[in-house]
Amino acid sequence: MDTFLIILVAILAVVALGQIVRIFELSTDIKGGADPNDVTDKDNHIQGTLMVLAGVALVASFFWMVYSYSDILLPVSASEHGVQIDNLWDVSMWLIVIVFLITQPVLFYFTYKYRGNKAKKAVYMEHNNTLEFVWTIVPAVVLAGLIIYGLTTWSNVMNPDHSDEEPLVIEVFAKQFGWTARYAGSDNQLGNANVRFIEGTNSLGVDINDTKSFDDVITQMPELHLPVGRTVTLKFRSQDVIHSAYLPHFRVQMNCVPGTSTHFSFKPTVTTADIRKEEHVIQKVKNINEIRAAKGEEPYEYDYILLCNKICGAAHYNMQMKVIVETQEEFDKWMSEQKTFAEML
Amino acid sequence: MASHDESHDHDHHHKVTFWNKYVFSEDHKMISKQFLVTGMVMGVIGVTMSLLFRLQLAWPEKSWPILETLLGKWGADGVMTPDIYLALVTIHGTIMVFFVLTAGLSGTFSNLLIPLQIGARDMASGFLNMLSYWFFFLSSVVMVMSLFVESGPASAGWTIYPPLSALPQAMPGSGMGMTLWLVSMAIFIISSLLGSLNYIVTVLNLRTKGMSMTRLPLTIWAFFVTAILGVLSFPVLFSAALLLIFDRSFGTSFYLSDIMVSGELLSNAGGSPILFQHLFWFLGHPEVYIIILPAFGITSEVISTNARKPIFGYRAMVGSIMAIAILSFIVWGHHMFMTGMNPFLGSVFTFTTLLIAIPSAVKAFNYITTLWKGNLRLTPAMLFSIGLVSTFITGGLTGLILGDSALDINVHDTYFVVAHFHIVMGLSAIFGMFAGVYHWFPRMYGRRMIKSLGYMHFWITFVCAYGVFFPMHFMGMAGLPRRYYTNTSFPMFDDMADINVLISVFAIVGGIAQVLFLFNFFYSAVRGRKSEQNPWKSNTLEWTAPVEHLHGNWPGELPTVHRWPYDYSKPGMEEDYVPQNVPIKEGEVETGH
Ligand code: HEM
Ligand SMILES: [Cu+2]
Ligand SMILES: [Cu+2]
Repeated sequence: MDTFLIILVAILAVVALGQIVRIFELSTDIKGGADPNDVTDKDNHIQGTLMVLAGVALVASFFWMVYSYSDILLPVSASEHGVQIDNLWDVSMWLIVIVFLITQPVLFYFTYKYRGNKAKKAVYMEHNNTLEFVWTIVPAVVLAGLIIYGLTTWSNVMNPDHSDEEPLVIEVFAKQFGWTARYAGSDNQLGNANVRFIEGTNSLGVDINDTKSFDDVITQMPELHLPVGRTVTLKFRSQDVIHSAYLPHFRVQMNCVPGTSTHFSFKPTVTTADIRKEEHVIQKVKNINEIRAAKGEEPYEYDYILLCNKICGAAHYNMQMKVIVETQEEFDKWMSEQKTFAEML
Repeated sequence: MASHDESHDHDHHHKVTFWNKYVFSEDHKMISKQFLVTGMVMGVIGVTMSLLFRLQLAWPEKSWPILETLLGKWGADGVMTPDIYLALVTIHGTIMVFFVLTAGLSGTFSNLLIPLQIGARDMASGFLNMLSYWFFFLSSVVMVMSLFVESGPASAGWTIYPPLSALPQAMPGSGMGMTLWLVSMAIFIISSLLGSLNYIVTVLNLRTKGMSMTRLPLTIWAFFVTAILGVLSFPVLFSAALLLIFDRSFGTSFYLSDIMVSGELLSNAGGSPILFQHLFWFLGHPEVYIIILPAFGITSEVISTNARKPIFGYRAMVGSIMAIAILSFIVWGHHMFMTGMNPFLGSVFTFTTLLIAIPSAVKAFNYITTLWKGNLRLTPAMLFSIGLVSTFITGGLTGLILGDSALDINVHDTYFVVAHFHIVMGLSAIFGMFAGVYHWFPRMYGRRMIKSLGYMHFWITFVCAYGVFFPMHFMGMAGLPRRYYTNTSFPMFDDMADINVLISVFAIVGGIAQVLFLFNFFYSAVRGRKSEQNPWKSNTLEWTAPVEHLHGNWPGELPTVHRWPYDYSKPGMEEDYVPQNVPIKEGEVETGH
């Protein structure tokens, strides 16, 4: 019934619009004169003015958003390489914001400034080699700088130097719709694994015949514990479809692809306890808890998180694992409470 | 160059019936309208879907009876399921990218303008052209049908990455819905290839006397290069889809290896899901230019005509179209930085990707300079074209961030990407399409669209478009992944609730405002005021043909071209425009090339 009414109202609205247009057209016909659909100087003036206002509004709302959405953003990077990425981000952002703030106002201002007028004539200018040369070369030079800076950062991030310490090896295993971590244990070597070995409690498909697997530690809670200040190498595997391990606080992301293994190395630098004391985080948590309180939800405590960032099925939106960065002592203590793979079987 | 002016007896040699005039028409002008109207119908479906999932995102705990009405069992009690959410995003993306902005845009304007602007009687092959439309129609029907299958339509995202799209066990949408999606796309690709080949041949062979390549309007250059891109890239998607069909139905393992899904161990071994992504994006990236180049072509024409000024830097414009086209084939990997590809390969793709910014910047600067010291007639088409330049700049700039592999680590697959591609491609191309419709409507229907409704339509659309997509950058920078049914599972994102509401309100207002356009379109097509032959005082040849549609376009001889299309406000001429078929005056210096 509701639907029927809505449709009826919609039809009536369209018919009414049609009639209004008819009446309007008839009335201009009676007055005689040109086709009212021709653009007059007055139209140009109104639209040109609106355009320049739109330009102002665009720039103003940009600043408003930067100001009022700054609270929702991620805090400072909690990993070593993330600082480099953030610097590159800042440089690139400044650059594009400046270009944005120059080109957009010019575009809208020109629209206003050169709004048409029957009495005027446009200049005839079909090209200008100097100008065109300049605006090909300037972007090219700026981009060259950006490319070099970007590629250096990329290569630092993706090929980190491990000569001074051996990274802690952890496997992150993805399946619809959850994450499990497997620590390499005292030998820091992961035992072989393949989905073909999955059976009963051996839900990661670890090879029971591989001696390297005996000391592996498989987490029972969806939690990833990491010691602060130690480089970790995460090795990713997927059981079913592609997932993506996204750790935004650490500026880390890597797809988990069935049939192959991928990896990402990074060094966490800020413990969970410390990030909670960070000013930006305190403010963010305060805002969030106000919203939650209004909805009658429990207060929230800030945590690092690993999210799935590749569409993987119905519960993709809830495929998460808490990440806890702690001191080496806390980490060791936690680790000593875990059962090894051999003990589990 | 074939002058193609042998006495044309199309008018006489077969009887005009309802069927061959309106349905199985081989006339490019009618086919163009068929593409446009089909594209509009698909557009309404695609946009409506986006409004539905915006309801879900802004008010995840609310119940909307309309959802139950429209979605049935997937919207029980007015709340959509995660499955149908993914289905809606998938079909929305597919429809907007392929059906509206590829077929709807190129199909409409390449068909309408190529013969008319190069001075040809029709396309090289009217029959293939008709087939192209009917394949498109068929693929639209199949796509719409897939919405009604028991297990739901395809839901793996418009990029349909396997294994998700290959395994019905992984999600219900990968069953029958996915099969129909693939069938529909295969048919779509055939349609696109038939169309593109025809456009290429027509531009190369049927240009009228005097219409050298360097006198082609930029619209034609854009359609021509777009068609080449399509011919070179769509077959790759076809193979990708074919291999996926094999994996799904015939037990092959092109994309599958070592998989256990919902407790079942599959025997597939040796394939790679990443192979699919390479094939997909080998089309996928050129595809984004297949979408935007025609919009650029339209904009060039509309801006120049309404600025009463030659397009600035014609040669640079053609050059940048070509540079963009060539580069677009060697950047696809920027969609795959996070797949674990060799970091060196990532570097190469970063390099090539950022290069594309150079020709893109040239285009933007040239548009702005065309406005400079013009005498701007701000028609609705002109406003949409200027809007395109604005959104293209905004969206292109964030491309510089995404193209940088190191920065992509943190924003890949987040709302930052959603913001980027909607602004740079979605909005720009839609604006280009609207500009085209407002501008060439008199040519299509012999009538005028209502100006005041056009203005209203532009303003609401423009404001809402930015209102929807600009805030998404911030959500992405806050780490919000795309394709999430709701972000309420992460307290970390709770402070985005307000932004989500804001975006959805803009989306709903902007979506409903399209009724203004639809009304204006259909009303004006039937009852609009009759248009004169050249209402915009434009130079291009389509306005030298009579208002009423003739089979063969021009009565008598084809026009001969004597000049480039951009002689607006040329000093020494009486009028502020000089059509291409006007001979060079004595003492006049020919400009342009
Ligand atoms: C300045 C030029 C541009 C650069 C450097 C650029 C760069 C990128 C990059 C690197 C991505 C991948 C981001 C990710 O998934 O993490 C991307 C996504 C995308 N871009 Fe652009 N882009 C540019 C212009 C364009 C244009 C002109 C269009 C369309 C007309 C476009 C359409 C898209 C689309 C559709 C996607 C998303 C695909 C998806 O994952 O669904 N881009 N762009
Ligand atoms: Cu997922
Ligand atoms: Cu791309």
